[in-house]
Amino acid sequence: MNIRAIAALLAATVALPFGAAHATDLEVTHWWTSGGEAAAVAELAKAFNATGNKWVDGAIAGSGGTARPIMISRITGGDPMAATQFNHGRQAEELVQAGLMRDFTDLAKKEGWDKIVRPASLLKSCTFEGKIYCVPLNIHSWQWLWLSNDAFKKAGVAVPKNWDEYVAAAPALEKAGIVPLAVGGQAWQSTGLFSVLTVAIGGKEIYQKVYGDKDAKVAAGPEMAKVFKAADDARKMSKGTNVQDWNQATNMVITGKAGGQIMGDWAQGEFQLAGKKAGVDYTCLPGLGVNEIISTAGDAFYFPVLKDAAKSKAQEALASSLLDAKTQVAFNLKKGSLPVRGDVDLAAANDCMKKGLEILAKGNVVTSTDQLITQDTQKQLEDLMSQFFANTSITAEEAQKRFVAIFSKAG
Amino acid sequence: MAAHTQPGRPNQLFRNLNSKIASIPMMLTAVVIFLGGTIWTVVYSFTNSKLLPRLSFVGLEQYERLWDTPRWIVSIQNLATYGCLSLIFSLTIGFLLAALMDQKIRFENTFRTIFLYPFALSFIVTGLVWQWILNPEFGVQSVVRSLGWTSFTFDPLYNSDIVIYGILIAALWQGTGLVMCLMLAGLRGIDEDIWKAARVDGIPMWKTYLFIIIPMMRPVFVTTLVIIASGIVRIYDLVVAQTSGGPGIASDVPAKYVYDYMFFAQNLGQGFAASTMMLLAVAIIIVPWAYLEFGGRKRG
Repeated sequence: MNIRAIAALLAATVALPFGAAHATDLEVTHWWTSGGEAAAVAELAKAFNATGNKWVDGAIAGSGGTARPIMISRITGGDPMAATQFNHGRQAEELVQAGLMRDFTDLAKKEGWDKIVRPASLLKSCTFEGKIYCVPLNIHSWQWLWLSNDAFKKAGVAVPKNWDEYVAAAPALEKAGIVPLAVGGQAWQSTGLFSVLTVAIGGKEIYQKVYGDKDAKVAAGPEMAKVFKAADDARKMSKGTNVQDWNQATNMVITGKAGGQIMGDWAQGEFQLAGKKAGVDYTCLPGLGVNEIISTAGDAFYFPVLKDAAKSKAQEALASSLLDAKTQVAFNLKKGSLPVRGDVDLAAANDCMKKGLEILAKGNVVTSTDQLITQDTQKQLEDLMSQFFANTSITAEEAQKRFVAIFSKAG
Repeated sequence: MAAHTQPGRPNQLFRNLNSKIASIPMMLTAVVIFLGGTIWTVVYSFTNSKLLPRLSFVGLEQYERLWDTPRWIVSIQNLATYGCLSLIFSLTIGFLLAALMDQKIRFENTFRTIFLYPFALSFIVTGLVWQWILNPEFGVQSVVRSLGWTSFTFDPLYNSDIVIYGILIAALWQGTGLVMCLMLAGLRGIDEDIWKAARVDGIPMWKTYLFIIIPMMRPVFVTTLVIIASGIVRIYDLVVAQTSGGPGIASDVPAKYVYDYMFFAQNLGQGFAASTMMLLAVAIIIVPWAYLEFGGRKRG
């Protein structure tokens, strides 16, 4: 009896892989877990499942900072997933150098990725020694100020049109018991906010010199001092936020508990999910209404090298389905991001996304910080900015000195 | 035993051969994993390894940068504050509780269970519970305010200056039960006759504890000290659960710095340098102690 049961079990384990052979399961890891993000991921899964394979969702909660170490340790530890999300830029640089990622040059040539992907910098950051190692998926930009129209109505002031008006309106908001600027406690949020201020207040050139060329002299200069002054204002305005996650902070804006938030366009997905309308319930100001420039950050998919032939084949199917025009539209509408293809029609896009598309078409873009600085520098900046925002005893001048020190050693 | 009458002593190496063979796996683990891993870490701390370990030496650069980093300094200060206070308080409170329990009170078992219970919780759970208790929106502060003291402020986790004490409270709540149990066992090990003799001599109870019982409990204190000290150096999960190092970097600890730089910043060299410093700190404390404890006894 026992032996028979064991034999049956063994037979079952052998039979299973045969049954699943034609529909290959691919595990895809990512950190899209908020409401709007999950809805967007479902679109990717739908598109991939339509190719006859199966998307196995490997969502890792807790945003990129938590997810990336897990992904990297899985890849370097010899248990790679089939595909994984990273941001455009230098996050997977060393994994590619170590030969752990799959080369997609042939597929890219066949499908002409270099013709459809715009801006070209996205495909460039996928390229290493002339070979293409990732599939750009979307464009996210950090440079957005989201304002709650309700909050300003309650405070009895007009909805501001730029950063200066916003700062001027802060006391009125505070009086009405509203936190003027919601900034979540996670370090990357204040760091991102600072880079937004650099582009908006300092301008494109200053941003490029500091983050791109790591020019310590410019970082110590009077232009950056102005940016630090603005960051000091932002710090005062953010007092009393007391939440950690970015979507909790966005939720404060949605419910009118906070006047506004400086956050990337992924916040848009949350507004959409809550049924809010751009221009009516909330206002978006790209480049803080000062310098209408956006950065082309965003997400790309990387494919670790796998031994399984069937899975490797399915990886190709996934790669081309991600760049498919239909997937691009469906995904990006839900996600609130912009498509990486310039040739798709986004008629269904809302006002804010259209503003973003316009800026993109004009070419008013800067390279994102993820592409310019290493994770190491990013972490040092995060340590500095999170301390600066939490501790008012650090003056803007002191913070700038430390900022300069970080960039004078950055690689 | 009869075999020993043979001329010539058997080789020392082959005495207790069975037990020596049985302990080979553990010896290998100790040498290869602990010692090998430690040496590997120290060696790579002198390189500029980023995401993947690479043997390109840069001398003391990582250490220079480490001691130049405000966050590392903050985390060392936090560890020092937390370590000293946690050592003093958990020993004092643990001993006091044990002494009180030793007064032949009723329901001793019940109390012992209650005091020891927090120790059964992981640091993550402890951290979350205390994060809620200390949260100004719905914790202690809001309860006291709803009782009428509307200006009462108690938000240690949101105040950079005192956040480490908020963590200390949680750690003490979790850990003193164990210290109490160890102390209680020590107290029970003291001969009744000593108490009787002290009573005959008319020595007051507090003096008996202070000058007779505590010196007699030296081994128990040493054991407890080692347990508490090792808990202090490796503190990490409690901080992550309660504040994740915040606000800002105000409640950072060395272990968290190591983790963040190794995995988030993709800078292994920096993480290795920081963990080597942690090892050095432990060695500075442990080596003289071990020397006094074991080296001294052999001579005497």
